[in-house]
Parts: sequence; structure tokens; C-alpha cells
Amino acid sequence: MKPAPFTYYRPTSLGDAAQRLRDGADEGALVIAGGQSLVPMMALRVAYATELIDLNALDGLGTPRVEGDSFVIPTLTRHATFHDTEAAPAPLGALLHGVAEHIAHYPIRQRGTFGGSLSHADPSSEWCLVTATLDGTIHLLSADGPRTVEAADWSDGPMSTTREPDEILTEVHLPLLPGNTLWGFYEFNRRAGDFALGMALCVLEMDGDSVVAARIGLGGIEDHPRRIPEAEDALVGQPLDAASIGAAASAAMQAVDPMEDTTTSAGYRRDLTGTVITRALEAARNRAPAPAETA
Amino acid sequence: MQDQTTPPLPQDHNKPPRKSAYIGRAVTRLEDRPLVSGTGRFVGDMDMPHQLWARVVRSAHATGRITGIDISEALEMPGVVAVWTSKDLGDLPDIPFRATRIEGLGPYTQPCLAKGRVRYVGEPVAIVFAEDPYLAEDAAETVFADIDEDVDPILDARAEPGEFAPGISTAPLTLTKGYGDTEAAFAEAAHVVELDLAIGRHSGIPMETRGALAAWDKGRERLDLWGATKRPHWNRDRLAEMFGLSPSQVALHEPHVGGGFGIRGELYPEDILVCLAAMRLERPVKWIEDRREHMMAANQSREQQHLIRAAVDAEGRLLAIDETLHHDQGAYVRTHGARVADMSIGLLLGPYRVPAYAARAHYRLTAKTPAATYRAPSRFESTFVRERLIDAIAARTGIDALELRRRNFIASDEMPFDRQMTALESDVILDSGDYVGLLGKAEAFCGLDALRTEAAGRRARGECVGVGLAYFVEKSGLGPSELVRLTVQPDGSIEIVTGAASLGQGMETAVAQIAADTLGADYRACRVIHGDTDRIAHGWGAHASRVTVMTGEATRRAAETVREKAREMAAALLDCAPEGIEIDGGVATCRTSGASLTLAEIAAALDPVSPRRGDREPGLAAEAWYHNKHMNYPYGAHIALVVVDAETGRTKLDRYWISYDVGRAVNPAMIEGQIVGGLAQGLGGALLEEFRFDDQGQPLSVTFADYLMPTSAEMPDCQVQILQDAPSPLNPLGVKGSGEAGVTGSGAAIASAIDDALQRPGLVTRLPVTPQYLKARIAEYDAARAEGSE
Repeated sequence: MKPAPFTYYRPTSLGDAAQRLRDGADEGALVIAGGQSLVPMMALRVAYATELIDLNALDGLGTPRVEGDSFVIPTLTRHATFHDTEAAPAPLGALLHGVAEHIAHYPIRQRGTFGGSLSHADPSSEWCLVTATLDGTIHLLSADGPRTVEAADWSDGPMSTTREPDEILTEVHLPLLPGNTLWGFYEFNRRAGDFALGMALCVLEMDGDSVVAARIGLGGIEDHPRRIPEAEDALVGQPLDAASIGAAASAAMQAVDPMEDTTTSAGYRRDLTGTVITRALEAARNRAPAPAETA
Repeated sequence: MQDQTTPPLPQDHNKPPRKSAYIGRAVTRLEDRPLVSGTGRFVGDMDMPHQLWARVVRSAHATGRITGIDISEALEMPGVVAVWTSKDLGDLPDIPFRATRIEGLGPYTQPCLAKGRVRYVGEPVAIVFAEDPYLAEDAAETVFADIDEDVDPILDARAEPGEFAPGISTAPLTLTKGYGDTEAAFAEAAHVVELDLAIGRHSGIPMETRGALAAWDKGRERLDLWGATKRPHWNRDRLAEMFGLSPSQVALHEPHVGGGFGIRGELYPEDILVCLAAMRLERPVKWIEDRREHMMAANQSREQQHLIRAAVDAEGRLLAIDETLHHDQGAYVRTHGARVADMSIGLLLGPYRVPAYAARAHYRLTAKTPAATYRAPSRFESTFVRERLIDAIAARTGIDALELRRRNFIASDEMPFDRQMTALESDVILDSGDYVGLLGKAEAFCGLDALRTEAAGRRARGECVGVGLAYFVEKSGLGPSELVRLTVQPDGSIEIVTGAASLGQGMETAVAQIAADTLGADYRACRVIHGDTDRIAHGWGAHASRVTVMTGEATRRAAETVREKAREMAAALLDCAPEGIEIDGGVATCRTSGASLTLAEIAAALDPVSPRRGDREPGLAAEAWYHNKHMNYPYGAHIALVVVDAETGRTKLDRYWISYDVGRAVNPAMIEGQIVGGLAQGLGGALLEEFRFDDQGQPLSVTFADYLMPTSAEMPDCQVQILQDAPSPLNPLGVKGSGEAGVTGSGAAIASAIDDALQRPGLVTRLPVTPQYLKARIAEYDAARAEGSE
């Protein structure tokens, strides 16, 4: 478990990093941020880099900020940033906190990054799920200049994205959430800290007891996380109750095209789809404020 | 937390308590300071000047003929000193196994590098020696073995056997054991219960992977090897034989070890190859296994399929058991030979009286990583099988499962109970036990009635909660022999040299407690030297829960001799009768005069040139042997409270209790630690861990993302009750071993609890109970129940 030889470059400006990547990408230069996936893959020699371009010396890429109605997460933002529920404005901060604590283990969260997670694009990536569910925008930079990709266009198959090899993911923009948002997240895995076998994030805008807008994202089931419009449609205009939750779960189970592997059948993942969506929606419902007492 | 300190032995109330009464006390471990302060020395910490690094090239194919291995590119690479394939090994023999009376395994031993064929993914086919580990791995990556996959791999022990080699079957032998007339018993039985059960392939997975550092002293013609522990003397003797050396030219040294669990410390191809390279290349050679290699190269264990039938009378009494077992040995016979299969049928019956028994174990080679012993070998498997059977009989007859066990237990007044069978070539004679008594204590300890009420209440509220119990008999104290040399040094410290080994289990402390208690010294004055073949001529290592029994008793005997020598010398020096000398706390005191001498002063008087020594043998020291033909049989019960998420199929251990009779507890805290640690491995095997292979024999579990080890988050609260109601009559202290008790009953208890949680008797038929398995099994069970067949 020793990586094959590579050169190491630590740029001090983003422009320099982009130029260096342009020069080396064809040969196999790779960008490294937190390294929590890339380094083990290199040690196992399932990933090879001729050169590692390390972003960690770059300023200003580690602290999220609010810009207009967007929450901007620069690429080096560590997962652990969201151990603080106030890292983002409410209610988004609580959502990001609630999701972050399911990412791997504490030491990994200290080092792993938001941008790295999106670039690695594991089907079970929590941040890919958040970005897909909220229709975030991914900002890229190459030697030719910046480019943006909408979350729905990010995946290019399993563990693959539409990022070009000479592009650096610089930041992700998520929408700030209105105060009438209810959200719920549920992740299923065999052990604490494992990659999700299935997970769901729901973000609902409520008008009283009624759902006026619904986002339901599903991860770990298909080859990349995405919104499930059939499940969302089953909720809009409905009260958030057992019947609508059941309808959303059923719709999702019919809509998905689950992965299958030697450990886990497509049927198991289809059943799990219903379970994680139901539990995420129930978590959202449990966050609903108690009905105002009538005088 | 209970007070785990054993009551002191009866004392004369007129005397103050002995300072040196250590046996039975939860004293602090002696060996922990280096381990917790980062000053331990593991083989990975050791380096020698001019050392080379080895990297093994492994087969990517499960089976096939080797048509060529291209090493030319590797040989050209910078820093590469040598690259070997099997033809470079000359007449180096295959790796031997520990011979038993079982015959027919000779053709199946593993060569150090594959010869002609590969037989599992991960099999060593070549080895690279280079100046550093990076260069070695770079070069190894360029070595390609061309493999002609001429036959399909055999991946199921029940499959039709094939050829291991031309004319040599993959089914080398079937072991049989039994007694009585089972056919007659089945003919007259009121009930016949049959189960088809399976245990998945899993293993010890020590935190420290394997490693070896070998050095050859050309001038003195001496070979030193650090790393391969567990059986240092056996390993030394085999290495000497393989290299044509005298045992006195080979020394094995045991560094700190990050877990062994039976799988680490055996002789593997890599140990032999680094030694051979050190001799041939005349430079020290180091090899450290990486985790991916470990998952496809180190011994695996447990995978067996059992077809078991019981004949039972109308009152639920066992009349006969018939068992057919298929043991998946993997690709080669390793150092244990057929021990696991042998024990599986030899020890299957556990605590129950079974009038007739017929068992056959089909030992089969497959295209998987070879198997051997892993902590509680055969007992984890056979306890699962036997206790599933008892639960099934209870379900069939409607008799309460605990009552059923009571009706079938061997009674304490039947002890010693001769099973009229052997296991590990030792007659199985249950030495002592009060099985009914322990069951009652275990019920009270966990509050079984209240637990069942709680589980039923939670089920009524929609949770799937269940309670399961498994009863088991362990075995420990495997002989044949152990030797100890105990010496009081001039500074008063006590050196105890043993040929046993330490795998971190606390043997230094247990041995020191026995020595200090017997001799009348401070246990902290003891230094226990182990695992070094240069320091003692004989030793049988650390395995089979044997060290406290075997080394413990040899230590007690040596300490007794030293104590008498010390009293006699002290009596002469203090002008007192030897009977009047009492030794405690490292000081010998004359009861009448009150005059005293320290053990150091007595040792000084016995110095070879001391004028006070007279005609006495020099030195305050003694050697003692302990020989033991019979194992002893501790026993216990596991009780699990589980919660099943019926929608996902995931099982969580909520709470857990283990009651265990250890005969005599030398150090209750260490025993509790052994048992709780064992449970972690047991729950891994019951719920999480499995080496899986695809239909081409490619291993699917070679990282910790695919092979799931339990973490602290999966461990339940575990309460341990240590009992001492049945001391072993086979050794004066009455001790039995405790290294495996936490593992043994866990698969069975957890399976039983899952049945209960889902209110489906007999649901679990295989381990591990993964969520995917459980969901599929529930569907199968319910479909069969709808048809009336489950």
C-alpha cells in the first residue's frame, strides 16, 4: 500500500493551480484537497497521479459565506465546518449540520472537503445529495476562465462528473432556505460512519399544514444522488401525513433504477428507497412546530 | 460494575492478610505501560542496517495453470536486488503442518511460491527484494503471471469435488466420530428435527497485520527472525528443517504483537521467504503485510455447512444426534491440518447428554484463501449449530427452551464425563461443571424474566425486540507440556522465563500473579520473558486458552521449589527451623525471632561464590515442567437482547450478558476484558464480517469498506459474571482458560434473539445475519409458512 511515484506541487494562487493543471492534466495530474478518498485509492494503486496539485495552501477557499440569496461553500470547506449549526443561516445551517454528522468519522470530517466530495462523486456522497436536492450550482475554474454547472448536470455516470480534467472545482452555491422550510434526513448503513446503502433528504416549504413545494433527494440507491420528482409530486398540495408520506415513498420506489451488486440486490435497494424516504419525511414532520393553541 | 475480586482464600483470623495474595485480584496489568505510552516495539518498528524490503506478487486468478511469469522489467528497475519465482526456490519444501493421526493431507501443503498452478486469489507467485518498500512495490507491479484458467474454481464445500492436482481430489478426507446406535434412536424417536445451517467465512483481522524481519549472521551461521509468534519453538524447528539447519542455529523473537486471535504467528510463505532471502542475499530482509494483502493471504476461518438432525423423545430428551459437516478449507492445508473440522464434530455436543451420536466432517479444498483456526475455532460454529437445534426442538415440542436444556444437561455428579470421543487427539472428558447451576445464575444475573417481559412489551408497541440465550462448553488448557524457569535475581527481581507467547492477552500479569502469590513476593517484581527461543529450550506458545493453565501451573511449581529453597537458606542464615520461616512481600521472616531477610539477600547468599551457600545448589532458581494430556472444559451462557429494524433488516445489540465459569479466576478484570473483547469479534461474525467471493473466486472483501468490523458504536453494554463453582481437578489452582468465552456463544445467542424479535422460530439459519440476508430470509420464511412447511 505505497503509492506509485508522483510529483507534488503546492500552488499559492488559484490561477497558478489552474495553469499547472492545464499543463499536466493530459498526463494524469490530479487535484488534491482533503485526500480522504484519493490518498487511500493511490495507496491501493487503484488511482494513479503523475502529479498532485495540492490546493491546501490557497487562501480564501475554506470559509463559507452568504452572497445575496446564496450560501457559498468554497472547495476547501471541511465537513467539520458544519459541526457548528450556525455555519450557515437557519434553517440551512441545521440541515447541513444534520447531514454532516453522517459523513464518515470525526477525524475524516476534520480533513475531508466539500469540493473533494463533489468531485469524487461517490453515489453515497452526502454533499452530492445536498447539492442535488437543493439544485446547487457548481463553480469551476480552468486556465480558460470560470464555468458553472447546475447540480442536475453534474453527474456523468457512477463516480464520474462533467468536470473536465483541467478544471478545478472552486465553490458550490446553495440557495438559502425560507423560514417555512421543514427538512428531514435519513441515512441507512450497516455500521455508524459507513457509506450509505440508502439515504434521503427532503426539503419542504409549508403553508400551514400543507406542502407547497417539495424537494426529495435520494442517494446511495442509484449511481448518483438526484431529486425524485415523482415523490415530490405526491406531496405538493397535500398535508404532511401518513398517507402523503406513503404515497411519496411508493412513487419513489417505482421511479428508481437501483444499482445492483453482489452484496445488495436491486430489490433490497428499492425497498430501502421507500424506507429512507418515509423516515426522512417523518423526521421533517417531527420538526413541524406544534399547532398554535386555540384561545 | 460489580466487584469482580474473588473472595480471598480462607485465612487464619489471628494473622494479618498476606501481602502477596494476588491470585483472584484484579491487579493492574504489567504489560500496559509500553503499549499505552507508545514505547512498544512491534516488528514494523524494527529496522536493521542494510536491510532489504520484500514485496509479494500475488495471483489475480482463483485457479489456473501458470504458463509464464515475466520478471524482466522488475529486474531492471532501480533499487531492485532480486526477483524470485518458484523455480528460484530450489528444493525448498512446502510449508509443513502439525502432524496428527489424521492421514491423507500430505499432497495439499502450500509451496512458498506457487508451483505450476495458482489456487486462490492472493497466492504468492513471485517476490521482489528492493532497497525500500516503495521501490519493491513499484517493481512488483510490473511482474505479470500468465495464467491459463483451465478449470472453473470450486467455491462451495458441498460442490462436486474436482482435482487439486492430477489424480488428487479436492476431497482429501472425511473425519468420522460417534458412538451408540443412532439408527435405532431415530427409528423410535417421538420427534426428529433437522436443520441445514451455515456459517460464513471470517477471521481474526488483528489490528497489526503480519510482518517479519530476518537476519542471517554469515560468520556464526545463525538465523534470527522477528515477527512470527504464537508457536515460536515449533516455528523455529520447522524453519531449521526447511533450511537444513540445526535448531540451535535459528532463533525466533517475539516483539509486541497487535493481536493474534489464532491466525497471526503461524508459519506463512512470507516468513520463510524473508528468511531464505536473508541467507541468500546476505542482508537483513523485512516484510510488512498491507491490509489488502492480509484480507486475501492471512488465514481465514469458520466457513462450514452443517446438516444436523436430532432424535428426541416425547419429553424432549435427546436420543441421538446425526451431523454432516462440510468444511471449506480453501486452497491449501495450512499449519493446523484438519483441526477445525476435527474439533467441530468432536466438541459439538457441548453440555448435553446424547446417548447416540454419528458425525462426519467432509474436509474440502476450494479456490479460496486457506483456512485455519480463529479464536474459538469450531466452538463458535458448533455452538451456533447445536443451540439452533435445541431452540428448534423447543419450538417443535412446545417445551420451554431453558427447561429443555435443563432436561438434557449432563449433571454435575456425572463429572468427570467421558464423551468417548477425541478432539485435538485428546480424549474429551468433561472435567467438572455445574451446568444447571450456571444456567440459574445466568438467568438471575440478566434478570431473564424481566427481560422477556420488557421485550414482549416493546414488541406490543411495534418494536422488534427479542431475547436469545446460548449455552456453551469451551475447552482450554491444551497441553502437552510447558516449562518455566524462575530465578530470583541479585536485585530481588524475579525473572520468569517461559516458552509460551503473549499476544497481548495479559499473560505476563497472570503468570506474575501466580509466581508472586506462591513465592510470597510483589507481583510487580516479576519480569516475564516469553516468546524468545534463545532463552528457553521448549515452549508451546499462546493458543487454545492454554497459557494461564499450562504456564501458570509450571510457574506455580517452579515458585514452590524456589520458595522452599529460600526458606531453607533463610532458616540457616537466621538460625531458625525452615518451618518457622514465612515469606511474604518479598521478605522471609522467622516467626519466633521476627528476624528477616529479603529474597535478594537470600539470593546473594546462594550466589555460586558465596561462602554461606555451603553445599547448596547455586542460585535461587528452579525449573519446572507441567505435562497435561487432557484439556479442561469451562462453560457458560450468552444472553442477548436485540432490536431488529424489520424494514431494513438491520440488527442492533441492545444489551448483552455473559456468565462464565472459569474454575478459578486469577485476574477477574483481565478475564472480563478477554470476554468483552471476544464478544466484539463474536458479534462481528454474527452480524457483520464475511469474506465473500464472486463466482470466479475473486475476493470481494479486501478492504475495511467491504469487510465490516464492529466498532465501538456497534458494541452493546455487556455485563460479565465470572463464576468459580467448578474448579478444574486437573490442576492444583483449578484454573480454566477464558480467552475464547466471549466469542463462543455469541452467534447462537444473537440468532436466537433475532428469531424472538421477529417472532419466527428457526428464522436464522446462517451467519452473519446481514440486513440483506435477513430481509430475504423473512420473505422466504413467510412464503414457506404460508405453504405450511416452515
